[in-house]
Amino acid sequence: MSLIELKNLYKTYHLGEVDVPVLKGISLNIGCGEMVALMGVSGSGKSTLMNILGCLDRPTSGEYWLEGEEVGRLSSNFRATVRNQKIGFVFQNFNLLPRTTALENVMMPLTYTAQHMTERQTRRRATEMLERVGLAERMHHHPSQLSGGQQQRVAIARALINQPPLLFADEPTGNLDSRTSEEILHMFQKLNEEQKITIILVTHDPEVAHHAKRMIRIRDGLIVDDGAAESATAEGQGVA
Amino acid sequence: MMKLLRILLIALRALKRNPMRAGLTTLGIVIGVAAVIAMMEIGTGVSQEIQRTITDMGANALMILPGTAATGGVSFGAGSSVTLTPQDCDAILRECPAVRWAAPVVRARAQLVYGNKNYVPWQINGTTPDYLQAQNWADLAEGEPFTDKDVRNASKVCLIGQTIVRELFEGESPIGKELRIHNVAFKVVGVLPRKGANMMGFDQDDLVLAPWTTIKYRVTGSPLASANQSSAASGTSNTVNTLNQLYPLSQLQLYPVQSAVQQADTPLPVRFTNVDQVVVSAQSADQIQAAIRQVSDLLRERHHLRGDTSDDFSVRDMTQMVAVLSSTATLMTKLLLFVALISLIVGGVGIMNIMLVSVTERTREIGLRMAVGARARDILRQFLVEAVVLCLSGGIMGIAIGRGCSMLIRQFLHWPVEASWLAIMAAVAVSASVGIVFGFYPAWKAARLDPIEALRYE
Ligand SMILES: Nc1ncnc2c1ncn2[C@@H]1O[C@H](COP(=O)(O)OP(=O)(O)OP(=O)(O)O)[C@@H](O)[C@H]1O
Ligand SMILES: [Mg+2]
Repeated sequence: MSLIELKNLYKTYHLGEVDVPVLKGISLNIGCGEMVALMGVSGSGKSTLMNILGCLDRPTSGEYWLEGEEVGRLSSNFRATVRNQKIGFVFQNFNLLPRTTALENVMMPLTYTAQHMTERQTRRRATEMLERVGLAERMHHHPSQLSGGQQQRVAIARALINQPPLLFADEPTGNLDSRTSEEILHMFQKLNEEQKITIILVTHDPEVAHHAKRMIRIRDGLIVDDGAAESATAEGQGVA
Repeated sequence: MMKLLRILLIALRALKRNPMRAGLTTLGIVIGVAAVIAMMEIGTGVSQEIQRTITDMGANALMILPGTAATGGVSFGAGSSVTLTPQDCDAILRECPAVRWAAPVVRARAQLVYGNKNYVPWQINGTTPDYLQAQNWADLAEGEPFTDKDVRNASKVCLIGQTIVRELFEGESPIGKELRIHNVAFKVVGVLPRKGANMMGFDQDDLVLAPWTTIKYRVTGSPLASANQSSAASGTSNTVNTLNQLYPLSQLQLYPVQSAVQQADTPLPVRFTNVDQVVVSAQSADQIQAAIRQVSDLLRERHHLRGDTSDDFSVRDMTQMVAVLSSTATLMTKLLLFVALISLIVGGVGIMNIMLVSVTERTREIGLRMAVGARARDILRQFLVEAVVLCLSGGIMGIAIGRGCSMLIRQFLHWPVEASWLAIMAAVAVSASVGIVFGFYPAWKAARLDPIEALRYE
């Protein structure tokens, strides 16, 4: 069974009188444990698609099935629960709470659902997560005291704290130098292989896309290419 | 419970990120609540003080004065007719169930002499021991009160107020000393407690109390001959007992003095022994009206007043004065409270302002929280709790500061201050509701944000 199933998905923004169609009929299947790179030029609709896949937004029309559930039509409260339980986000600009320790940043998602856990338990879970991303020493540092790569690792730990089956990363390496980017991408690969977490990477960098097993290319709101990463990368390099 | 604690913890963490701002934001509430608390405490203190002053003047006191004498259209003013008798007083005590104490008062104005010092007190009252109860003098500072037996025997004993002690005795104990009132030697048996000035500013301690019989017959000098009731009560002897011949006074006699035999042969027209007023104390504050009615009915009956004959006495109570004084105090307290409440509202607006800024500033945070699974109501609750925590902690600080202020006022200005639990509870309730009311709009704005736009916000 596939984890994600999109059927003829449309998204149209309305700017006053003008309709701006961004996604124009996307159908897609992503199975459990895949690692997918979503590629395309700027303005092609990658982020828009990711927002819908991440249950932050609703499609204008079409169906979106996540783990056998039609989530495209859910109300915002149910989508919030789905986000909390099934989805982790990693952002380009990390989005950590300022003047808040790494540990508390990682604990934050638990406050919304894990009501059965005590403060001690959430703390222990967050500590484990930070250890897993190699930040055991930086537990009580504020974001301003961490490097970009460390901040992104805190963000990954935060995304994983609810043990979601699905992880979205929108340009996760956009603000990092190439060596740190490599570290972060290796971490994604490890998570994908060892814990079978499905990862969807949004990027326009072929180097980044290279780390994925599968690559989906979008142009003007339509999927123009869907295949194994090696060939796609070659093609992408060819285009560039 | 767990959940509530968690929410509180999140709010505290968020506020901790900007402690300076949180402190300044609450300042409005702190000042408002402090003002409310201080006002309420001083207000209750003042009204308790008024209550105490009133009790000092005599708990539930009534005053019965003889009526107005009028001759040929000329009125002589209240108390100028001689209609009240000590027997009226006894009857009131006996027959009016709403009356607790009743004591006759005979007034005198005379010079006091002790050693080489002299002094004219404001009041010299002849009365019975009941007077001490009725006027709240019962806890003597020193010595013992005079007794009913002293009244019957017209003993020359007296109780003196603190002012007299100061004027005449200069630190030595007056108990057992001889004091001359109008040249009659009185033994001081007790000292009255200190009361200070009354509501009209008269010194209540400037007072001498003695048995009314002594004052009446030995000091003001009405001869006992005119008091046939007491001679009838005491006397089985046929001879008319004229004490003023036993204790001659230096008063000018207009008429030739009659011998005892002459007096017996030509009896004087019967005159009652009158008293200047009767003080009555009702059983309780709500019995005052009943007491007035019973006393009036009884006195009309005793004075043989029928139908529409007007009263030959008047009954006065303090209710009106008490009401005026208390309402003035309450009005002032209310006014100040109103001002304090306005400052609370201003504080609330300050909170709202800062919360709005905070929501704008933390748009990205809100977006992030929504992305990781916060529902709109979680966000609403978070910001509401932050506002309430701000207001409540401001309120608690305000209570502490307000209490501190009123303590200082008591310490240095000696104003009466009374801790008011009502005010404290009200302050907590008000500051919490200010938090809810003024925190709601910003929280609602935060909850309404779209997660995608909030995440993209710069
Ligand atoms: N809220 C919106 N209202 C109107 N138009 C929008 C809105 N969000 C996105 N768009 C439009 O949709 C198109 C796709 O935007 P999107 O953010 O998905 O691009 P992208 O592929 O993520 O680009 P980039 O690589 O620069 O991040 C753009 O043309 C953009 O102008
Ligand atoms: Mg984008």
